[in-house]
Amino acid sequence: MSVLNAERIKLLSTRSPWWCALLAIALPVGLTALIASQAQIQPGDAGNGVYITQMLSSLGRAVVLVMAALSITSEYRFGTIRSTFQVVPHRATALLAKTAVTAIPAMLIGAAVGFGSWAVFQAINSFPELALDTAQDWRAVAGQVLVFGITAVLALGVGMLIRQTAGAVAVLLVYALLVEGLIGLIPKIGDDIQHWLPFFAADRFLGLQDDIPQLRDLPLGPWGYLAYFAAVAAAVLAAGILSAQRRDA
Amino acid sequence: MIEAVGLTKSYGKTLAVDNLSFSVPTGRVTGFLGPNGAGKSTTMRMILGLDTPTGGSALIDGKRYRDLHQPLRTVGALLDAKWVHPNRSARAHLQWLARSNKLPAKRVDEVLEIVGLTAVAGKRAGGFSLGMSQRLGIAAALLGDPQVLLFDEPVNGLDPEGILWIRKFMHRLAEEGRTVFVSSHLLSEMALTAQELVVIGRGKLISQSSTEDFVAQATENTVLVRGPQLGHLRTALGQAGASVRDEGAGLVVSGMDCADIGELAARTQTVLHELSPQRGSLEEAFMQLTGDSVEYHTEIADAPTPATLVPAGK
Ligand SMILES: Nc1ncnc2c1ncn2[C@@H]1O[C@H](COP(=O)(O)OP(=O)(O)OP(=O)(O)O)[C@@H](O)[C@H]1O
Ligand SMILES: [Mg+2]
Repeated sequence: MSVLNAERIKLLSTRSPWWCALLAIALPVGLTALIASQAQIQPGDAGNGVYITQMLSSLGRAVVLVMAALSITSEYRFGTIRSTFQVVPHRATALLAKTAVTAIPAMLIGAAVGFGSWAVFQAINSFPELALDTAQDWRAVAGQVLVFGITAVLALGVGMLIRQTAGAVAVLLVYALLVEGLIGLIPKIGDDIQHWLPFFAADRFLGLQDDIPQLRDLPLGPWGYLAYFAAVAAAVLAAGILSAQRRDA
Repeated sequence: MIEAVGLTKSYGKTLAVDNLSFSVPTGRVTGFLGPNGAGKSTTMRMILGLDTPTGGSALIDGKRYRDLHQPLRTVGALLDAKWVHPNRSARAHLQWLARSNKLPAKRVDEVLEIVGLTAVAGKRAGGFSLGMSQRLGIAAALLGDPQVLLFDEPVNGLDPEGILWIRKFMHRLAEEGRTVFVSSHLLSEMALTAQELVVIGRGKLISQSSTEDFVAQATENTVLVRGPQLGHLRTALGQAGASVRDEGAGLVVSGMDCADIGELAARTQTVLHELSPQRGSLEEAFMQLTGDSVEYHTEIADAPTPATLVPAGK
């Protein structure tokens, strides 16, 4: 508990997390407002459903990737990781506390992005299809809480492995924004690989673009995909903690 | 009490610390002396469990650092004053450290007071001068009121006033019965600060002794003799068991004091122009002792140096 508190003081005593949080929310919600003002949805369209309000959430997710990675790499950059391990020599405890203290704000950001995007879309361009009726509708919006939290865990793990801000951020962004999409373009095997990539899994949990034909016949259901996404994040985090324990601080 | 036993650390091919054993007694200031790159910081990082030794171990009161519960209460350390987030205030920095070890929040204000940073406690640490950063680091080390304190080159870059403050401060800590281990690459500084000395060069132990003994043993006393005709005297000195070396037109004699040399000169009927005792400087002595173990040699001989009062040792 004391270690969690120490991490909380660390997080809240610099301003950059606040700016990151603001950006992570404002970027997707703001652009969703823009899209909402242009959107034309006909009843019965293939494109309708609550998830269309969430199409830009990946932007917020990208900012959370950066924010979470920074929370650990900046400690390496400024040497405070040494102070951290000096006061809490049990490194796994220190790093798990940091993970918790980073993942919880990420979940709050996820909630703000999910409900914010939905609400702003509704306010600007209201359709009956956008009401939160079914469990699936709720999953698309409230599910962002879990997706953002797990995203933060994944980024922390990568940050622990790479340690350098530039390296970690580059790897995370290039992977999340480019690599996952490009792998699908590989002939034949591309699709099968793509079905097991973490952010693809996150999107399937949210139900983004559920109706596209090539996204039927998937190996897992939405909750299966969530569990898979969480497992990948947990594995990366475990690797990060293991590496921090093995290597010199 | 800190104890290092066979401590070894290699980074790839670099052997930074080589089978180093020493002990740091309680109630005294122990200096940890060595030229640049000797492995002082590496040793301190290993004592704090930040770097894992390749071999051997370092124990604090018989325990490995990693096994300490709430280590700030046992060991306080300032390894690098820059290990602070530049955008965090001094107070917030101390607050999270204190909280992690369940230390009372009021302790933060106490240590700020001790090091004299109360007025700037709310300012961001990134804007601190080196002296202020150093004080903040010392405040952090004192948080848990620990019995054992480690400081890595705490006076580096400080002005004379800051140096004096730190020196007095360390003496007080030791007088309170604490173990104080402080590194430096300046013997002259350590001669004033430390009562005990652990001297290393290239990762190896050169000596562990009291500062007095080290200085006495290190600064060999010689006598400079000058005169127009020193040939006979030279022979006589050699026969009397003194060692003699040429120094310009004169002789540098070791192993015999001025009085004996003067009498010998009278007996050999030698005219003397000068007969003066020379005392080697501390830095020279230190360089002589660690001479072979300096990591980065500079070609001093090539540099145009002003004439020194004390003849160079070699
Ligand atoms: N993390 C590291 N990786 C590789 N080599 C290292 C590392 N840390 C130290 N070294 C090497 O180990 C040796 C000892 O370095 P160390 O910093 O311990 O010396 P020092 O006695 O503290 O020197 P200084 O007086 O300059 O602070 C040096 O050769 C240094 O280059
Ligand atoms: Mg050093």
